[in-house]
Amino acid sequence: MIEAHLSLLLVVLPLLAAPVIAILPNGRLPWAVSTLVSFAVFAMACLQLINVSTGNVISYELGGWAPPWGIEYRIDAANALVALIVAAIAAVTLPYALYSVEKEIPQKQLSLFYSAFMLCLTGLLGITQTGDIFNLFVFLEISSLSTYALISLGSKRQALTAAYQYLIMGTIGATFFLIGVGLLYAMTGTLNMLDLAERLPALTEHRTVQTGFAFIMVGFALKLALFPLHLWLPNAYTYAPSVITVFLAATATKVAVYVMLRVMFSVFGFSFIEGSPTDEIFLLLCVAGILLMSFYAIYQQDSKRLLAYSSVAQIGYMMLGLGFGSVLGVTATLVHLFNHALMKGALFMAIGAIIYRIGSSNIDTMAGLGKRMPWTFAAIIIGGLSLIGVPGTAGFISKWYLVLAAMEQQNWLIIGVILIGSLLAVIYVWKLIEALYFKPANETAHANVNEAPLMLLIPTWILVIANIYFGLNTELTVGTAEQAVKLLLPSAY
Amino acid sequence: MMDWILGHYNYWLVIIIMMAGFYTVISQGNLIKKIAGLNIFQVSVFMLYISVSNVKGGAAPIIESDVSLYSNPLPHVLILTAIVVGVATTSLGLALVVRIKEAYGTIEEDDIHNQDQSL
Repeated sequence: MIEAHLSLLLVVLPLLAAPVIAILPNGRLPWAVSTLVSFAVFAMACLQLINVSTGNVISYELGGWAPPWGIEYRIDAANALVALIVAAIAAVTLPYALYSVEKEIPQKQLSLFYSAFMLCLTGLLGITQTGDIFNLFVFLEISSLSTYALISLGSKRQALTAAYQYLIMGTIGATFFLIGVGLLYAMTGTLNMLDLAERLPALTEHRTVQTGFAFIMVGFALKLALFPLHLWLPNAYTYAPSVITVFLAATATKVAVYVMLRVMFSVFGFSFIEGSPTDEIFLLLCVAGILLMSFYAIYQQDSKRLLAYSSVAQIGYMMLGLGFGSVLGVTATLVHLFNHALMKGALFMAIGAIIYRIGSSNIDTMAGLGKRMPWTFAAIIIGGLSLIGVPGTAGFISKWYLVLAAMEQQNWLIIGVILIGSLLAVIYVWKLIEALYFKPANETAHANVNEAPLMLLIPTWILVIANIYFGLNTELTVGTAEQAVKLLLPSAY
Repeated sequence: MMDWILGHYNYWLVIIIMMAGFYTVISQGNLIKKIAGLNIFQVSVFMLYISVSNVKGGAAPIIESDVSLYSNPLPHVLILTAIVVGVATTSLGLALVVRIKEAYGTIEEDDIHNQDQSL
């Protein structure tokens, strides 16, 4: 009974929890309820992935209305993998949130904070579940609006301008998406993705369809912060509360990449993409993004901003896979979605633990704290190694598949870019490590700084261990990704 | 040619309003005006949907025994949702502007930028 409604419950549970949490008294109760909800959602996402991992597809009709008239939730391996990323990161972030949020968010806003967090989770999970392109827009806006509110809760006043900037850019992106959907609807008369996929091939030469595709691509490029549409991201990540930075960095952009993948390969189809200049444009922007943003990262004085620029560069790696438009390329994208969520989650959590102790994310202020906070420091080292792509970590697997995809197309330039990008990553990760370990600590200001509390360390280390585990055992990541690609690119097999 | 231009007047209107709104968002430094521009931009998309839903010679979509051709009601419903989203975005944006005004004492982008730089 429950099993059949799993796909819907995954979205509805956090949606119903949000208003309940909003009316709970401020204190630890809102945190406890949202943590329980996130654990339940995580369990459901695992079950869902097991259900589809054999290659079958779940189709859920909302309210019993048959698709394409009713809204359909359509889950295959690709959705289930991304839903698992979102649910897992939420389930790890919320235990971490307790202390960190109590320190950074005023007491009287706690229940509203967790309520907005649940709405954000609802939106992101909804995007991954739905098979209806307009429904996707609604979930996109649910997640975006709650994200703007969450970012604005950061303790510095720049958080407000960062949230405002993101609101303007995010709304333009979402509206572009809406225009694209409108044009497709005008041509096909349907909003169901599967139905669209059946009707579009006959219309690929039509200018309206091509314009609609372009609008959707640009809209989501804004949402996923593809260079050069990334301008909102560094400020938003830098000034948001630590917990929100962890959650956004590990989920929001990943979900947007997933939508791009879905629209490109499931809705428009492989032959449409091949006939359009999309892949060349993506490759060019990704190469520029990887190199420029890694350079930017090196020159940052703020650790969160450094990692934010590194995130923009890493999004370049994810989109590279899409740009190749090959089986290996898309596999690399899906694998990197998962792995990047693990490494950035771990790194931002470790930085958050330092911020919890000293209240600043400035690299100079952090000097010498590596010896005082050995476990946090070790987490940064392993997370950093994974970011660089050292063998034995999850990051290596992603880069390995990317390089394989580039070799398959004999694109030596891209291989060079991936290697240079990794070298630049060594430099900016080293910058953090040097400051934390080799520079003398400020004895007067940080005399009493010691290791972060266990409630912060345990979630961080769960992600750190996951980084190593998924670097050695690729059954879940690569296996599911390959399964997903079979359904996304049936013509390539 | 003239027929083609006049026949698509709804699209020209949409494009003009869209560009007016988009230009306002980009060019204005005043945060309230930016939000207003964003609103105009969104409204143009609503009009695009609504004008597409009209079927030539179609009646209002209410079932009548002697009518066989109806306009498409679905885009209206979609846009009702999009309007709600637009209202939420606008109110959240304006709430942020109020907070920015409290924190910086100004809602001009340049002034805010200068204040952040001088720190």
